[in-house]
Amino acid sequence: MADAFSGGSLRIEGVSKYFGAFRAVNEVELEIRRGEFLTLLGPSGSGKTTLLMMIAGFLDITSGDIALDGTSIANVPAEKRNFGMVFQGYALFPHMTVRDNIGYALSVRKRAEGEIRARVDEMLELVQLQDFATRKPGQLSGGQQQRVALARALCFAPPVLLLDEPLGALDKKLRVEVQEQLKDIHRRVGTTFIYVTHDQEEALSMSDRIVIMRDGAIEQVGSPQELYERPATRFAASFLGKSNFVQQNGAVFALRPEKIDIHLGTGHPQARRRGTIASITYFGSMQRIIVETTQAEQIEVDIDVWRNRQALHEGETVELSWQDEAAVELNES
Amino acid sequence: MNAVARHIHPGWAIVAPLLVLVVALYLGPILNIMWLSVTDPEPGLGNYRKLYESDSLLRIVWTTLRICVITTIFSVSLGYSIAYAMVHCHLRQKNYMLTLLLVSFWISILVRTFSWLMLLGRNGLVNNTFETLGLISAPIAFMRNELGVLIGMVHYMIPYAVLPLLVSMQSLDSRVMDASRNLGASGSQTFWRIYLPLTLPGIVASTLLVFILSLGFYVTPAVLGGGKVLMVAEYISVQLLVTLKWGTAAMLAALMLAGVLAMLWIMSRFMKLSAVFGGSTR
Repeated sequence: MADAFSGGSLRIEGVSKYFGAFRAVNEVELEIRRGEFLTLLGPSGSGKTTLLMMIAGFLDITSGDIALDGTSIANVPAEKRNFGMVFQGYALFPHMTVRDNIGYALSVRKRAEGEIRARVDEMLELVQLQDFATRKPGQLSGGQQQRVALARALCFAPPVLLLDEPLGALDKKLRVEVQEQLKDIHRRVGTTFIYVTHDQEEALSMSDRIVIMRDGAIEQVGSPQELYERPATRFAASFLGKSNFVQQNGAVFALRPEKIDIHLGTGHPQARRRGTIASITYFGSMQRIIVETTQAEQIEVDIDVWRNRQALHEGETVELSWQDEAAVELNES
Repeated sequence: MNAVARHIHPGWAIVAPLLVLVVALYLGPILNIMWLSVTDPEPGLGNYRKLYESDSLLRIVWTTLRICVITTIFSVSLGYSIAYAMVHCHLRQKNYMLTLLLVSFWISILVRTFSWLMLLGRNGLVNNTFETLGLISAPIAFMRNELGVLIGMVHYMIPYAVLPLLVSMQSLDSRVMDASRNLGASGSQTFWRIYLPLTLPGIVASTLLVFILSLGFYVTPAVLGGGKVLMVAEYISVQLLVTLKWGTAAMLAALMLAGVLAMLWIMSRFMKLSAVFGGSTR
């Protein structure tokens, strides 16, 4: 086979980016491992896309260095970096067929006609678009276009694949489906994926590791479990999943809504808060209850509707309890 | 309400007066000219037969076509470079360039034509300067020949060539070019394989516009050609005003109209005209 996949490792060393006086990315240090699925997660304006564009080579870095497998690529132009990229909105070539779109990278490298054909067939199979090879991008649905973009970016077996909010244009149901496919393709090709999104569900369900970004800097790095179970800051706790913040012995703790137990009435031995139910919202599998405590906090409690069949009503007095390890102490500075 | 009235959309009531006006004031005279071309001076195809029989008439048509093709080629290729520069420079510079372009667009064709005479005529600025500097012994014949006509026409046509190209380049998604680079294409590969094909509708639109406008050019060939370069429009005017052969004039006018319509038809077979004139490409 002409192009065997093998993931590359990236080192981002103290990278900053200024646009005039505005600092878009601030001293980012990050080690991206060979073959991992890494997600850059943050709200818009957090610098995640700017960082991705610097990795792709579309933006110069103001200071710092980026190295692929130990070699600096900071001065390598975008067209020589050999990184695949799936663009926001896909940026397919509208005047070319699906086949020509996917084969473009090999064709500009002047590979032999037959070799390109074989490779494109392989890619079409990978993204299951064998029947659409002769269509133009305008004749495809959003999900199909997204798969063409993915196949085009993977066709030349890049060591690193960059994905810039690739699911942003899809509706919610399709997005879940495509997440599965992406994850599966990542497993099969073994290329290093760097994925930019502002959608925490996408980040949680797909990534090996997540980098939470805020104001151009890294807030916290870790596996989805680490970040969800042990958020280090108030921002990390509220951006990834929902969180209550409670004061205990002068420190601030993050407390996930589903880790709180709710008890009707008073006098529960483990009760930590007492309050009244301010509102109940029903979501089918769970109920979200907002409790106004006697300490003037608003605490959200998610309860499993099936396993918790107490009849709760707005205005009733309840007590809340949680286990010690459910509350995570935050670094408040 | 009768059956016919029920099938007519009430919106037509708004459009109808305009439609009548267009038919009366536009289609009417055109039909009249066509009619003239086959009835004056006597009924029959005698006027059209002159195209074969008269060498001078044929030469005029040939000269017109040659000048229009050359003008179109130069205007569109220069216009493409200008539009490209405008789209890819800073906004400030772009606004300067657009202003300059529109200023030359708005200046009367007469003024622009005579300016060229002042610049490039026998005693014009360029020839005088070169002679004073001793670079040439006799003035270069820029004007009063086909070269003069071409210089004047290309200059006049460039804004017309630039504007459709500008629209087409501005509507391109720059991420598509980024994608091409990201996939390893060099600058020239990206240009030839992505940029040029995607701006093709703009090229076709500006080619059609320039060519069609060039066909009817009158002032520039008359002034800069110095009577030596006779194009169809000038010949028509001579037939109308001097020799009073309205039939010949009408025949040539009908011929030009047919030529333009034929070009539009041929183009429409290769691409959707709605895309060329700014409609959706889907």
